[in-house]
Amino acid sequence: MPTGLATYIARRLLIVPVVLLIVSFVAFALGRLTPSDYVEIQAGPRAQPETIERIREQRGLNDPIPVQYVRYMGNFVTGDFGTSAQYRLPVDDVILPRLWVTLQINVTVIVLTWLIAIPIGTLAALKRSSFLDPLMIGIFVFFASVPVLVSTPILQWLLASEVSLLPSGGWAETEYFGVEMGLLSKKAILPIMLMTLPGVAGLARYMRTQVIEVMDMEFVRTAQAKGLRADVVVTRHVMRNALLPIVTLLGFEMSALFAGSIFVETLLGIPGIGQYTYEAVGTRDYDGIMAVVILGSSMFVMAMLVVDVAYGFIDPRIRLGEGLGG
Amino acid sequence: MSTFEAVGRLEVGRPASSGVRLLRRIARRPVAVAAIVIIVIIYGAGILAPLVAPYSFTEADLLNRNAGIGGDHLLGTDNLGRDLLSRAIWSARTTVIISVLSLLAGGLAMGVTLGLLAGYLRGTVDAFIMRMAEIFYSVPTLLLMLIINASLRTRVEDWGEWLDDKTRQGWIEDYASYFLVLVVLSFFGWPGIARIVRSQVLALRESAYVVAARASGASTPRIVFRHLLPNVSNLLIVALTLSLGGFALAEVGLSFLGIGISGHPTFGLMISEAASGPGSITYVRAHPLVILVPGFFISMLVLAFNLLGDQLTDVLSPRRR
Repeated sequence: MPTGLATYIARRLLIVPVVLLIVSFVAFALGRLTPSDYVEIQAGPRAQPETIERIREQRGLNDPIPVQYVRYMGNFVTGDFGTSAQYRLPVDDVILPRLWVTLQINVTVIVLTWLIAIPIGTLAALKRSSFLDPLMIGIFVFFASVPVLVSTPILQWLLASEVSLLPSGGWAETEYFGVEMGLLSKKAILPIMLMTLPGVAGLARYMRTQVIEVMDMEFVRTAQAKGLRADVVVTRHVMRNALLPIVTLLGFEMSALFAGSIFVETLLGIPGIGQYTYEAVGTRDYDGIMAVVILGSSMFVMAMLVVDVAYGFIDPRIRLGEGLGG
Repeated sequence: MSTFEAVGRLEVGRPASSGVRLLRRIARRPVAVAAIVIIVIIYGAGILAPLVAPYSFTEADLLNRNAGIGGDHLLGTDNLGRDLLSRAIWSARTTVIISVLSLLAGGLAMGVTLGLLAGYLRGTVDAFIMRMAEIFYSVPTLLLMLIINASLRTRVEDWGEWLDDKTRQGWIEDYASYFLVLVVLSFFGWPGIARIVRSQVLALRESAYVVAARASGASTPRIVFRHLLPNVSNLLIVALTLSLGGFALAEVGLSFLGIGISGHPTFGLMISEAASGPGSITYVRAHPLVILVPGFFISMLVLAFNLLGDQLTDVLSPRRR
């Protein structure tokens, strides 16, 4: 039913600007309300009070917060994200190359997580009564239980400094076909490993539950009864249906990965968005923080929107029924 | 937050199993028993920290800096000569306080209530609550925490000082950072629980006994808390168990970013002191205990909660027995 789908998409689309407005306003207001004044920090300890007052007046920092917010967002929409107080450069010049670094790592991490978790979850569900199920899930639950802040220094110590198997940190990009890529360097292995392993358990566990549920359904029994090979039933019938609801986790996964980026990039010295965020907070680089908050939330909201709409396309119950929750 | 999603769907509409039967079923599972033992040991040591910790958490044994295992200090000392085991025990105390309070405030008070209301009342209330949950889900949580903290920390500390003056207490200001961490964890912890509760209530609200209760004139709070809540409790127990591990993990991240607890040792502070800053690799290499001791305890605790959550899912869902 195209009308149902159209209203569904329209309803989902309407949420996006509302979410972004609320998030950006809260972040902006909180940032402006901080006790330590960033003009004073930038001007230095020996600046005259009159100088500070003049800078505040020039930049419009004495206007009411809503006025400042509207002005800021007006600039933001035209691509002017302000100036990074830390680097004294336009924010977009600082952020874009770093965004590329983080994107390379995080997209690889998501792909790898799914490639590991889906087969593990399916296998665990199929071997439910044997020791393999708790063993496989247990190993990955262990990886999910160690904080990255613990696993990072331990792996740096064991793999980099004890056996010199991997570089202990940093990031190197080489040009391939006109694109700067850092993924093919040995330095990418440690961060990708550190971020992939903790994410597998949650996804695998969810896949396991889904597979168990689908296995009980009648069409699976029909497929088995008509004599299809077991592996065909698993890949064509069971996995395909079990995967559907799992796709909705993608948006949340991106948001969780961003938190991981802050820690891993900072500890390993990788010049990505995560490391910049950590530095920006330390140096009260408000324009930078705001840009990361707004761009980050827009990306997550858009990712969730795309996933929801795709899901509505595939599964008519979502857009027509109210009952499944969404 | 995906741990909340990973709980999966349990059988609904079934009255909660009696406590004794549940305990008996758990006792038959070695993994569940092991997890409970670990939790009891770490939580117990934390609660009794003033009694069981061999040293105080600030006492610096300057002749025994960076000591190894054994000797006067069972698990060694850090670079200031502070006893690592004692600091870990006091950290466990902080973890207990923070995670239990966050569970009560964010998980139970906010998450369960809002989830029940959204699922039962539907309409505008539901739309509003779920959009709020969506907003909390879609912002980069840590970043907002950083901003909230930067703008509120000194203010909350001032309130604490003011309260100290008014009530002549003197300890409130020390716990100002607990209050901030609690607020932050509760605000970002409720959407997961609320979503789970809501989806269960949606499945239950048209069931015969709810319709009957409504027909006999029961008030909304009565239906929600007396009829619906007991029937979503199976899933809720699992989600809350997992969230206790999640809060403990979150504390580590907050401390690293400098927005955690101050004034008392925490696992996060111990780990950040060892792992961040220049020369940390060399330091960890020369004296791995500084990261291994807090890392071991926090990982075991989180692992125990995760395993217990899985075991409870199996025990509480009749289909998988």
